[in-house]
Amino acid sequence: MSLAYFPGTCDYAQPPGQRLMLEPGGLVSSIGGQMANKILGIVLAIIAALAIGGIALYRNEPINALWIIVAAVCVYTLGYRFYAAWIAAKVLSADATRATPAERLNNGRDYVPTHRWVVFGHHFAAIAGPGPLVGPTLAAQFGYLPGTLWILVGSVLGGCVQDMVILFLSTRRNGKSLGQMAREELGPFGGLSALIGTLMIMIILIAVLGLVVVNAMKHSPWATSTVAATIPIAIFIGFFLRRIRPGRVLEGTLLGVILLVASVWGGGLINESATLRGWFDHAGPPLALAVIAYGWLAAILPVWLLLAPRDYLSTFLKLGVVALLAVAIIIMHPTLKMPAITQFIDGTGPVFTGKVFPFVFITIACGAISGFHALVSSGTTPKLITNEEDCRLAGYGSMALESFVGIMAMIAATLLDPGVYFAINTGTGIVGAAAVDAVQTISSWGFPVTVDQMQDLAKEMGESTLFARTGGAPSLAVGMASIFGTSFGRGLMSVWYHFAIMFEAVFILTTVDAGTRVGRFMVQDLLGQMWKPLGNTSSWPSTLIASTLIVAGWGYFLYIGVIDPNGGINILWPLFGISNQMLACIALSVATGIIIKKGKIRYAFVTAGPLAFLATVTTVAAFQKIFSADPKLGFFAAADDLATKLAAGSLPADRIASAPQLIFNQNLDGWLTVFFTLVLWFVIADMLRVAYCRLTGRAVPASSEAPYQPTKLNGTTGAPAHA
Amino acid sequence: MRSLTQMRSAAKTVWECVRTVTGDNAYDRYLQHHEQTHPGTPPLTRTEFYDESMDQKWSGINRCC
Repeated sequence: MSLAYFPGTCDYAQPPGQRLMLEPGGLVSSIGGQMANKILGIVLAIIAALAIGGIALYRNEPINALWIIVAAVCVYTLGYRFYAAWIAAKVLSADATRATPAERLNNGRDYVPTHRWVVFGHHFAAIAGPGPLVGPTLAAQFGYLPGTLWILVGSVLGGCVQDMVILFLSTRRNGKSLGQMAREELGPFGGLSALIGTLMIMIILIAVLGLVVVNAMKHSPWATSTVAATIPIAIFIGFFLRRIRPGRVLEGTLLGVILLVASVWGGGLINESATLRGWFDHAGPPLALAVIAYGWLAAILPVWLLLAPRDYLSTFLKLGVVALLAVAIIIMHPTLKMPAITQFIDGTGPVFTGKVFPFVFITIACGAISGFHALVSSGTTPKLITNEEDCRLAGYGSMALESFVGIMAMIAATLLDPGVYFAINTGTGIVGAAAVDAVQTISSWGFPVTVDQMQDLAKEMGESTLFARTGGAPSLAVGMASIFGTSFGRGLMSVWYHFAIMFEAVFILTTVDAGTRVGRFMVQDLLGQMWKPLGNTSSWPSTLIASTLIVAGWGYFLYIGVIDPNGGINILWPLFGISNQMLACIALSVATGIIIKKGKIRYAFVTAGPLAFLATVTTVAAFQKIFSADPKLGFFAAADDLATKLAAGSLPADRIASAPQLIFNQNLDGWLTVFFTLVLWFVIADMLRVAYCRLTGRAVPASSEAPYQPTKLNGTTGAPAHA
Repeated sequence: MRSLTQMRSAAKTVWECVRTVTGDNAYDRYLQHHEQTHPGTPPLTRTEFYDESMDQKWSGINRCC
C-alpha cells in the first residue's frame, strides 16, 4: 500500500478518484491491473483450497493452527476483493458520485465525512464484543472443524454481507435505524417486530454476558478484585477527561490502561494475603446481585462518569489484545489437541446439548453472522461514510476482522488438552461436584484428564480450582494465557490468565452499561407512548422506573442462570443465539425486500440465501428447544422433568429450594423461543408480501431513499466537506 | 533526505488518524467546523462540547455483543 495514496489529513474526505492501489476502481481497473487482480485471486484461491483441504482431510494427525490462520486470511481476502466488490457494484450500485449524508448533513458532530480507515476503526470497535470469544469456545465441544468452517463460510457469505448491505441501505437513507427502515420499507408490522426484537435480544444478551463475568469471578479473589478495581479506575478517568484534561482521550486512556495493568498485578497481591482474600471471595449469587446493582447505577449515572471512560479503556484493550493475540498465535503456532470432530456432534455434548446441526449455527452467532451488527450498521457508522464505496471496507471489512477474532478464540479453546477443556466447561450438574467423579466421567468420554493435572493448572493460573468454570471465559483465559505465556514468558502465567479475565470482564461490563442505558431509553420511549411524562429521558422518576424495569428484566435471567446447577450458560446461550439470529433474519428480510423493490430480483439471492439458511437453522433449533422430549434439550421437557422429580421427592435437598424458580424459568424460556420464532416468520411473510406485490405490479411502500445529489468532494476541486 | 520528510509526513498522517478514530481531536475539528459555518458566534467550551458529545454518543446503540 503506497502512502502516496493516503490523504494528508483524516477529517477531510478523500476524493473519489483516489483509491488504494489494491482495490477495484483504483489501479486494478486498468487492463494490466485486471490481469494482476485475476492472478492474485487464483493464487489466493489455490492457497485457501489447500489450507482448507488440509484442515478437513488430514484428520489422523493433529494439525497446526497456522493452517487455519492461512485459510482464514485467504478466504477473507477473496471474499472482500471479489464477492464484496461485486455486491457493491452490481447489487447495490454504489455510486462514488453520490453525496452521502455525512457530506449533505455535515454538522461537525455526528454527521462528518470521515476517512474510510477511520470509519473502519470506529465500526470495528463498535461491533467487536465478547460474543465472538464466547461462542467459538462453547462450540469447540464439537471439535475445531464444524465451528471453524461455519465462522469462515458464515462470515464471507452471510455476516459480512449483512453488515455491508445494511450499512449501505442506511447510508442511502440518511442514517436511518433498522427499525425505521423495516417500518418504512416493509410496513408497520416489520417496524414493530424490529423494535420488540431489539429490546428482547438486549435483555437476553446482557443477562448472558453478566453470567459469563459472574462465573469468571466466582470464588476467585484475584479475578473479583481486579474486575472491581476497574470501576474506581474508570471513575477516575471520567473525572480526568471532564475536569482535569477535558476531552484529551488519548492521555486519559493511556493513564487508565496503565492503572488497569497495575490492578491485575495488585489482584495477585490481594490473592496472597489471607485477610484480603476473604473480602473478594464470593459465591455466584452475591456476585450476580453486585453486577445487577452496578448495571442499575451505570444506567442512571451521567455517562461521562462511568460509561464513557470505561468504553475508552475497553476499546483500547480490545484492539491491543486482538493484535497481540494474532502476533502471539503466529509466534507460538500451536498444535490443536482437540480432534477435528468429536463424538458430541450427536447431541450428547456436556457443554450444551444439541446436535451439530443446527446448534453450531446458533452457538456461534457473532463471528459468523450477528443480527445485532445490523443495529450498529444503521446507527452511528452511516453518518460517517464519505463515499458509498467505503461501505465495503467499513461493513464487510470490519466483520471479516471480527470473524478472525472468532477464529482466534476457536484456536485458544482447541489448543488445550480436550480433557482440560471439558473439565473447565462442564457444569457440576453433569459430571458431579467432586473432582474425582468429574475426571472419571470426562476420561470415560475418551478425553483423559487427572485431578493432579487440573490442580497443577489451577495453581499455575493462580486459581483455587478450574473445575466446572462454565461460561467460556475461564477456558478462553487459560488458552490465551498459554498463548501469551509461551510466546512472551512462561513465568507469568497467572498474571496472563487474570489479564485475560480482566480484558473480557472490562468489555463485557461496557456492554452491560451501554446495553442497559440504551434499553432504558427504549423502555422510556415505549412508556412515553402510553403516558407522555414517562417518556421524558431527563425526568428522574421516569429514568428510575425505566432503569429498574430493564435491569429487573436481565437481572432475572442472570440470577436464575447463576443458581442453575448445570451452569446456566447452556440455557441462556442458545436463547441468545436464537434471538440474535432472529434479528439477523429481520435485517436480511429488510435488505431482500429493498433489493426486490429496486427491481433486482435476480440478485436477491445475495441476502435471500443467507436468510433462507438462517431461518431454517433457527427454526429447527427453536423447534427442538420447544418440542424435544429430552430434558437436557427441550425447555418444556426440562420443566416437566424437574416438576416430576420435585413431586416425587427424588431431588437432592440442596436443589429443592431453587426447583420452583428453575421450573418457571424453563417454561418462560420455552415461550420466549415460541415468540422469537413467530416474530421471525411474520417478518419473512411481510417481506414476501411486499415482494409479491412488487412482482405483480401492486402498490408497495415507497422507497425511503434520499434523492440523488452529486458530491462536491471530487478530485478536481479537492475541497473539504464544509468549505 | 526526501525519504525522511516522507516518513515524517506519513507518521503525522497515522497520528492524526489515531487521534480522529479515538476522538482525541474531536474538539479541534468542531472548532474548525464552527469557524467555517458560524463565524462570529462563540463556540462551546471544551467541557460543554465533551458533555454534549458524550450524551449524543451514548443515546443510541453503538456497542455490540
